Amino acid sequence: MKRILIIGATSAMAKGCARAMAEQGHSLFLCARKMAEIEELKHDLLARGAGSVSAMTLDINNLSRHKAVLETAYQELDGLDLVLLAHGTLPNQQQCEQNVDKTIEALQTNAVSSIAFLTRVANQFEQWGQGTIAAISSVAGDRGRQSNYVYGAAKNCLTTYLQGLRNRLDKAGVRVVTIKPGLVISPMTADFEKGPLWASADDVGRRMARVLLEGKQDVVYLPGFWRWIMMAICMIPETIFKRMSLG
Amino acid sequence: MARSRSRYQSWGRYPQSEQTAEVAWNATDIGAGIAKLRGEGYLPFGNGCSYGDSCLAASGQLLDFGSLDSLISFDPATGRLVARPGARLGDISRIAMATGWGLPVTPGTSRVTLGGAVANDVHGKNHLKEGSFGHHISGLQLLRSNGEVIECSPEENTDWLYHTIGGLGLTGTITKIELALKRTPGPWFDVEPTRMEQLADYFALEQETGNEWEHRVAWIDCLAPKNSLGRGWYIRARSIADQRPVPSRINIPAPALPFSPLNSLTLKLFNNTIFHLGYRRGNSYRQDYMRFFYPLDSVSGWNRLYGPAGFQQYQCVVPDGDAEDVIRELLSLIASAGQGSFLAVLKRFGSRHAAGALSFPREGYTLALDFPNRQGLSELFQKMDDCVQAAGGALYPAKDAHMSPDFFRMAYPAWEQHEAMRDPAINSCFWQRMMEDR
Ligand SMILES: Cc1cc2nc3c(=O)[nH]c(=O)nc-3n(C[C@H](O)[C@H](O)[C@H](O)COP(=O)(O)OP(=O)(O)OC[C@H]3O[C@@H](n4cnc5c(N)ncnc54)[C@H](O)[C@@H]3O)c2cc1C
Ligand SMILES: NC(=O)c1ccc[n+]([C@@H]2O[C@H](COP(=O)([O-])OP(=O)(O)OC[C@H]3O[C@@H](n4cnc5c(N)ncnc54)[C@H](OP(=O)(O)O)[C@@H]3O)[C@@H](O)[C@H]2O)c1
Repeated sequence: MKRILIIGATSAMAKGCARAMAEQGHSLFLCARKMAEIEELKHDLLARGAGSVSAMTLDINNLSRHKAVLETAYQELDGLDLVLLAHGTLPNQQQCEQNVDKTIEALQTNAVSSIAFLTRVANQFEQWGQGTIAAISSVAGDRGRQSNYVYGAAKNCLTTYLQGLRNRLDKAGVRVVTIKPGLVISPMTADFEKGPLWASADDVGRRMARVLLEGKQDVVYLPGFWRWIMMAICMIPETIFKRMSLG
Repeated sequence: MARSRSRYQSWGRYPQSEQTAEVAWNATDIGAGIAKLRGEGYLPFGNGCSYGDSCLAASGQLLDFGSLDSLISFDPATGRLVARPGARLGDISRIAMATGWGLPVTPGTSRVTLGGAVANDVHGKNHLKEGSFGHHISGLQLLRSNGEVIECSPEENTDWLYHTIGGLGLTGTITKIELALKRTPGPWFDVEPTRMEQLADYFALEQETGNEWEHRVAWIDCLAPKNSLGRGWYIRARSIADQRPVPSRINIPAPALPFSPLNSLTLKLFNNTIFHLGYRRGNSYRQDYMRFFYPLDSVSGWNRLYGPAGFQQYQCVVPDGDAEDVIRELLSLIASAGQGSFLAVLKRFGSRHAAGALSFPREGYTLALDFPNRQGLSELFQKMDDCVQAAGGALYPAKDAHMSPDFFRMAYPAWEQHEAMRDPAINSCFWQRMMEDR
C-alpha cells in the first residue's frame, strides 16, 4: 500500500488518477483550494476502497505553507511514497500579451510554485533514498506556439526542472516522472472545440495511475500517441515553423 | 460550471438538433448552472445513451451531469450505495463486484449514468426476477429549478419518487441517488445458448425455463427467409460462484465513415453467420459479466457505423395474451419491408407493479431492433405501431424518435399528472412532441 500526496487533487485528471489509486486500496492526502470539492472527492475515494483519505486546503502559490503541508501529509499518511503535482491554469494568451501581471501569474502557478514545492520534496526523498516524484507538465511545453506560449514556457520550465531533478535523484533511488497530457476534456479546456484527438480526463487520470504505480517510465505522453505527434511537430525546422499557425 | 463545446447527440444520432450544454463538474456548480439556464429552459443530460430525442432539450440547452460522477458512500456490509447522478453503471459494477455486490438490474451498455438509468427506469434481461432499475432505488434527492430540494424515498414524498423514476428527467434535476445493490456470487456467468428454428420455439423455451436462470434473452434474425420467421438463439444465464478476476477488454473504436457499411447485404451475411455458426454452436460456456451484459461496449462508437443519417431503434412491449401472434405479425412486417438490421432482441417482462408512473416495463414481451434511417421507414413504423397499439402495447420513450402523441397518451395514461408535476423550466424534444396539439 502506497502513501500518496496529490496537489491540485480536485483537477479532473487528478481525480481520475486518485480514483484508480483508491480502488487499489492506497492511502491519499489531498490538497486543493476548495474545501467543498475536496470533501466530495474524499467521500468518493473512501467509497472506492481507499486505505485512508485526509485533506487540507492549499493555494500552491502560498509558498510559506509548503513546509507545513508536507509535514502534515507525512504525519497523516505515516510516511510518504509518492507526490503528484496536478494543479495548473491555462492563461488567456492574448491577455498575457497585454498584461505583464497575468504572464507572471501564469509562470508563478504553473512553474515557480511547483519548483518551490518539489525542491523540498526532492531533498526529503533524497535523504530517505526512496520515493516517486511526479508532475503534470504538458505537450504545450515541447514547442512554443503563438496560441499559448506563456503556458508553454511555464510547462517547458517545469519539464526541464524535472529532467535535471531526475538526473540528480536517480543515484539516490528516487524516481521522477514527467507527465505530458495532450488534449484532455476538463474545466480548463471547456472553451475549446472538441474533436477526435480529445481524451477524457478520467481515462487519462487512470492511465497516469498505472504509469506511476506499475510503470518504470521517466517521461510519458498521455494518451501515448502524443509522443509521435510531438516528435513530428518538434522536427519541423524553425524557419518553417515560425510561419505556421498550429492553433 | 463551464459551457462545453462538445457535440451533443443522442445515441441514434437522429433527430439532429443543435444542442449546447453547461457541464456540472462539481456539485457546487449545479445551482449556478440552473440559474443560468432556467430562463430559456433546459434538460438534464446523462451520457446520451438514449436513442431518440428524449435526451435532447426542447430549448437546445442541456445541463450535462456526465462529469458529476462521484460516489458519496458505499457500505460493503449492506450494499447500500449513494452517488451523484453522473456515476456510470460500469464504474459502480466494478467497485461493487470487488466486495461481492452487483447491480440488481442493468441495461445493455455500461456507459449509462445512474441519473439516466433512473429517468428511464431501465430494464435488463432479468425483469421477471428483479423488476426494473427503479425497484432498487431507496432514495433520490430532487432539485427543482425554483431552488426547492425534495428528498424522496418509498417513505417520503412518494409521489415525487413515483414520477421521477421513469420520469424522463422532467420533474427536476436528480442530484443524489441511493441504490440497493444485490449480493452476487461472483463476476462470472454460466451461459446456455439454444438454437431456435422458429418463433414458437422462443415461447416454448421461455415457458420451460426455470427461475434458476435469472437472465434470458433471445436474438432473432429478422432477415431470415419467410419460412423460418423468428429463428435465432435463446440465451439463458445464471451467476456462478467463480471468483476469478475478469480479464480486461480491448476497446476498438469504430471509424466515423461518410457512408454506412451496413446495408441489406452485409447485414444478411452477418445475421446468417451468427445464426449458423454463432453462440459457440450451442455449447454452454462461461462468460464474465462485462462480456455478458455489455457485448457491444468493446466497440466504442459503434453507432457511427450507421453513417451520417443515423438510425432508429424500435422497442415495443406487448401484453402476455396474444404476444406470440403480435410478435409474429411484427416480424413479418419487418421481413416484407426488408428493413431490419442486426440485433433484434426479444425479452420478457414480469408482472411486478411498475416502479414509476411512466415506466416502460409492463407484463409481456418486448422486442427491440435497430433500423438504419432509410426511405420507407416511417411507413413501416406506422404499420408496426398500429399493430402494437391494437394489442394494447407501448413503445419505449428512451428509444423513440417517431411515436405519435395519441399513442403515447394512450399507453402512458399518467402523462397528464406528469405534465402537472413537470419542472416548468425543464423540457425535452420528446416531451414537447408528445404534448403537441393537446
Ligand atoms: C447499446 C445500448 C443498449 C441499451 N440497452 C438497454 C436495455 O437493455 N434496457 C434499457 O432499459 N435501456 C437500454 N438502453 C437505453 C439506455 O439505458 C437509456 O436510454 C438510459 O436512460 C441512458 O442513460 P444516459 O445516462 O445515457 O442518459 P441520457 O440518455 O443522457 O438521458 C436519459 C434521460 O435521463 C435524464 N437524466 C439524466 N441525468 C439526469 C439527472 N441528473 N436528473 C434528472 N434527469 C436526468 C435525461 O433528462 C433523459 O431524460 C440501451 C442503450 C444503448 C446505447
Ligand atoms: N486539459 C488539458 O488538455 C491539459 C493538457 C495538458 C496538461 N494539462 C495539465 O493537467 C493538469 C490538470 O489539469 P486539468 O485538465 O485536470 O484541469 P482542471 O480540472 O481545471 O484542474 C486544474 C486544477 O488546478 C488547480 N489550481 C489552479 N490554481 C491553483 C493554485 N494556485 N493552487 C492550487 N490549485 C490550483 C485548480 O483548482 P481550483 O478548483 O481551486 O481552481 C484545479 O483543480 C494541469 O497541470 C494542466 O496544466 C491539461
